[in-house]
Amino acid sequence: MDVSARQTLPATQEGPLVARNRTGDPAFRILASATGIGVLVIMGAIIAVMARGGWRAFATFGPGFLISDVWNPVTQHFGAAAPVFGTLVSTALALLLAVPLAFGTAFWLTALAPPAAASAIGMAVQLLAAVPSIIFGMWGFFVIVPLVAHYVQPTARHLFGHVPGLSALVAGAPFGTGLLTAAFILAVMITPSITAVMRDVFASMPTVLRESGFGLGATRWEVMRNVVLPWSRQGMVGAVVLGMGRAMGETMAVTFVIGDSNHIGWSLFAPANTIASLIALEFPESPAGSLKLASLLALGAILMAISFITLWFSRWLLARGDKAGRSA
Amino acid sequence: MNPSVQNTGVQTGPTTQAAPGPALTEGGNRAMASTAPDSLMTPADRQAPTAIAVRDLNFYYGTSHALHDISLAFPARSVTGMIGPSGCGKSTLLRVLNRMYDLYPGQRATGEVIFDNQNILAPGIDVNVLRSRVGMVFQKPTPFPMSIYDNIAFGIRLHERVSRSEMDGRVEDALRRVALWAEVQDRLNSSATALSGGQQQRLCIARTIAVRPEVILLDEPTSALDPVSTARIEELLDELKTEFTIAIVTHNMQQAARCADQVAFFYMGRLVEVDSTPRMFTAPKEKQTQDYITGRFG
Repeated sequence: MDVSARQTLPATQEGPLVARNRTGDPAFRILASATGIGVLVIMGAIIAVMARGGWRAFATFGPGFLISDVWNPVTQHFGAAAPVFGTLVSTALALLLAVPLAFGTAFWLTALAPPAAASAIGMAVQLLAAVPSIIFGMWGFFVIVPLVAHYVQPTARHLFGHVPGLSALVAGAPFGTGLLTAAFILAVMITPSITAVMRDVFASMPTVLRESGFGLGATRWEVMRNVVLPWSRQGMVGAVVLGMGRAMGETMAVTFVIGDSNHIGWSLFAPANTIASLIALEFPESPAGSLKLASLLALGAILMAISFITLWFSRWLLARGDKAGRSA
Repeated sequence: MNPSVQNTGVQTGPTTQAAPGPALTEGGNRAMASTAPDSLMTPADRQAPTAIAVRDLNFYYGTSHALHDISLAFPARSVTGMIGPSGCGKSTLLRVLNRMYDLYPGQRATGEVIFDNQNILAPGIDVNVLRSRVGMVFQKPTPFPMSIYDNIAFGIRLHERVSRSEMDGRVEDALRRVALWAEVQDRLNSSATALSGGQQQRLCIARTIAVRPEVILLDEPTSALDPVSTARIEELLDELKTEFTIAIVTHNMQQAARCADQVAFFYMGRLVEVDSTPRMFTAPKEKQTQDYITGRFG
């Protein structure tokens, strides 16, 4: 190799510093640029389709589209409030359930678990994160929905049904489907991915920083609370945003268990709809050019806007925290 | 518990009892130091009392045998320099002295490390209390991602409940002793990570002494610092040794010569030689030591 290179050099080049004609480099540059610009083009195209298709809904109902909770194909009245409410509440509930669980699991895996268990369970977490959502949907429908209908809601009603202020939360017929069931399924789905990211964040912490905490006589929890957590805040928010994005957009699993009702109410057990589940359920019955289809596309645009706003908000939170916390 | 530390082959004095801290084990009553006061000793006998005595220590990373039969005494209120080529076990020994190795499964030590009349390798030792009494400073500055004030207060809060005004005093005192107070007094609430490397390392030392340990372990504390910052840390050690027992691992021979009162040379997991600094650098007994300090290897 070395010898042949030395032999061919004088023949192909005039001098040792003359640039050789490299075709690989420009080709790679063009390919890489194309993929980068492609991201912009695709995003622009999606926004354009959503905006153009959904425009008619906004034109017909005005700003009222955002605050109306009516969804009536018969009278041709459509509003976005109910599915937006369902999306926000089910996502918030799911995060409330998933984040502590994911945090605990990630902490245990990085700090406390015996190495053999940590690697086996770490692997299981990764696998769970890769399970297709339709599986969770079926599991939720056949296992969780009956459980909620027969045990969870009756128990909750028994406990809180007569407590003022709480009774509204548990009201309604025990269908088993509803906001809480959807939130639970979402939590089960997003916990593994949040756990996996949090675990990587904790593991990427410099060892000496952790040891500095221990060196002062801190316990594992004290090191976690005071050293690891502040240090890994950025990654943790990233993990939560990732889970939130998945929960807001999740369609299949939620459609199975949320109960399909365009209704805003206090009850955790009442059937509801998310933007994604409503689109999935109604899309097949929406003829081209109909007001309903326009409304569904407008809902899609709203979902995208919500996602962008949360992403932007979390970045802003982090940037602000960085200024106060660790301006290195 | 143990009759005495003196009758091992190790050159040691009596175990010090001078600055008693919290008990390492719950309910364990500490034996009194069993020695004559300094005034009764002839000058020839006079040695600093021993803060930590290591006896027949063996250390394993899993199956790899990293330290072989180490016996070494750390005289109280003086600086012990630990030198040797990379991988010789000097940092490993340092991490035994505060049981930092406990964090990692598969690492274990046999033998005895006597501190405050107790074998800290024995089961039942509260490592959190031990580490508050045997502090550690690391190779790289490791400020916590919090304010300068909180970096110091953090360690104190772990072990003591102090009023706000007392805490202010403790923080100021710690910062003054590392000569950092003048530089940071106006920005105690700003992030510690914005300080320069040398300032950060002095902050880490301040953080360590704020907990009021008896021993400070330093693992190559100046290896990431520029010469000026290094000189300041070395000056600092001279002051700190009036109050603390100091063990410093260093790759820098001049640093060992400048700072240490006694120097221990390690090679391949064994303690080759330990002696007072002047003797170590002028008339080492072992040829390996001679070769290393003259730069013939390592």
